[in-house]
Amino acid sequence: MTASAALLEVDGLRMHFFTKAGVVKAVDDVSFRVERGRILGLVGESGSGKSMTGYSIMGLVDAPGRIVAGRITLNGVDLATLDDAAWRKLRGNRVAMIFQDPMMTLNPVLRIDTQMVEAVRAHHDVSRASALERCREALARVGIPSPDERLRNYPHQFSGGMRQRVAIAIALINKPDLIIADEPTTALDVTIQGQILFEMQRLCRETGTGLIWITHDLSVISGLADDVCVMYAGRIVEAGPVDDVLDRPMHPYTRGLLDSVPSRNTPGRPLAQIRGMTPSLLALPEGCAFRERCARAVDECRVAPATRVPAAGRALRCVNPVA
Amino acid sequence: MNTAAAPLLELRDVSKRFVRRLDMAGRIARRLGANMSEATVHAVDHVSLAVNEREVVGLVGESGCGKSTLGRIVSRILEPSAGERFWKGRPYREYDTAAARPERLAVQMIFQDPFASLNPRLRIADIVGEAPVVHGLVAPRDREGYVADILGRVGMDASLMRRFPHQFSGGQRSRIGIARALAVKPRFLVCDEAVAALDVSIQAQVLNLFIRLREELALTYLFISHDLGVIRHVSDRVVVMYLGRVVESGPTAEIYSHPNHPYTEALIAEVPRVDARHRRYVPIKGEIPSPLAPPPGCHFHPRCPKAFDRCRVEAPRLREIAPGRLSACHLNDAPAS
Repeated sequence: MTASAALLEVDGLRMHFFTKAGVVKAVDDVSFRVERGRILGLVGESGSGKSMTGYSIMGLVDAPGRIVAGRITLNGVDLATLDDAAWRKLRGNRVAMIFQDPMMTLNPVLRIDTQMVEAVRAHHDVSRASALERCREALARVGIPSPDERLRNYPHQFSGGMRQRVAIAIALINKPDLIIADEPTTALDVTIQGQILFEMQRLCRETGTGLIWITHDLSVISGLADDVCVMYAGRIVEAGPVDDVLDRPMHPYTRGLLDSVPSRNTPGRPLAQIRGMTPSLLALPEGCAFRERCARAVDECRVAPATRVPAAGRALRCVNPVA
Repeated sequence: MNTAAAPLLELRDVSKRFVRRLDMAGRIARRLGANMSEATVHAVDHVSLAVNEREVVGLVGESGCGKSTLGRIVSRILEPSAGERFWKGRPYREYDTAAARPERLAVQMIFQDPFASLNPRLRIADIVGEAPVVHGLVAPRDREGYVADILGRVGMDASLMRRFPHQFSGGQRSRIGIARALAVKPRFLVCDEAVAALDVSIQAQVLNLFIRLREELALTYLFISHDLGVIRHVSDRVVVMYLGRVVESGPTAEIYSHPNHPYTEALIAEVPRVDARHRRYVPIKGEIPSPLAPPPGCHFHPRCPKAFDRCRVEAPRLREIAPGRLSACHLNDAPAS
């Protein structure tokens, strides 16, 4: 029964964009699982497919994008079998998403109470008064002072950090099993980011909600997540518990990313850097996509490396790992 | 002041106020007795700053602290509302002559957004080559060679100069922005969040470029960023701003190891670090107040865990707490005796 215990299981997911210029393999054979109450960090640079993985789970892939292979199961239910009505029941209720820009979630011309009550009553047959009560609780839980007054405000009356809290409150309001957070703190100031990370961590522990935290920032992941998947050009190149992956990275890309973080270098000295630039997904090198930027590339890298398990709980796509 | 010892660039008591004047309807409403007034933002509030030759000064702070406004004042994009700016010990206005033009060009700015700060309709050769030709630094016929030279310096292939900005990635555009600034032979670069929009691996490349150029061209930087990791890496000295005021400054290593001001302390504690695992976040309370209505006394007191009565009424003065270190906090005053 252990195999079915996972909250979310993604297996061999492939999501491609069929454009005039060619097929873009935004997500290319991605597999991972999220347990209840655990936090998974999905790390990668722009174009690595981390956000598209999140959108695929939410069923938010639009043409020309299409999921071409793979299974996504939530609580044992294969999401591919759902029709539109079933999706509507699921989204905002069992799975919720928090976007980088809270104005993607909030309607600028509606008051917060209208938007939040709508989110509750779309899924639960409750009175407006009791829905409002839930909204008040949700706002208080994410640390918004005087929630009664704030409920009557419009989004523009909130600061950036407060808006993101409102978006988080809406995501939490129906006590979802899974939250996908797509860089929700990237646009925020350090002290505000600290507050939000604190709230999210506490909420996951308390409610048993599974969380996927998508970011480009390894240092946020290291403080927040239990497990981490590092993505490059649509593939997970390395995965495992945060401590293992960050302390003993095996993929040259993970290692390069860690080495280029300024605080891990001697001040004033040149930073260790990964050469070259992120490749276009339309013109990926054959085999390992990182091959042309990798100092450890060997002839075998011309064939795409399969995922292997170098140690318990870890996964790696590399034929010539660092350690 | 003795010019030989003067810092390369100095700001003395510089303030910048932005005033939103009432429109016609507002003025009429006020005449009829409505409670309307002009909104004033003290973006920069009595800031003094000196940058020595070949020094890198890091300016950190959160949104709305006035760090970008200060950068724009330094690079002459904005005029200060009060206070005086000095270049090599002489006031900026003494350089307002045609003869002093090279000195005016000596301060250049590098902007945050590598997508918005390049004209999409110009080729790279024009973006980089226009200013030096206009200012007579190069003859028009030598332009191509000159641009090729500068592009080489920032690590770009000269064959790309016929292309347009949209054909480049974020990291390359950053390099183009840097090349444009370097084309007029500056001595001083104001870098406003110059690496904030870049991916980690590209950010490292561009930071390395800044470090290398500093050596090669004997440049001085005012490096503005919200990222304390970046600031720590590149700066010799750090200046911390909060709501328009400088709250602390000093040598980088000392500020990071022994922050004095409670705000600096909180900022440094909040920075996510790769080697801090599964941490329990102990966040600092409250929001950054609106600069339209800053709190009285010390601007930080509503969020400060150590605030006491005096902080609520009296703004602390920035004063020396150790050689080369300044801090604006009442806690540094010797207990009343």
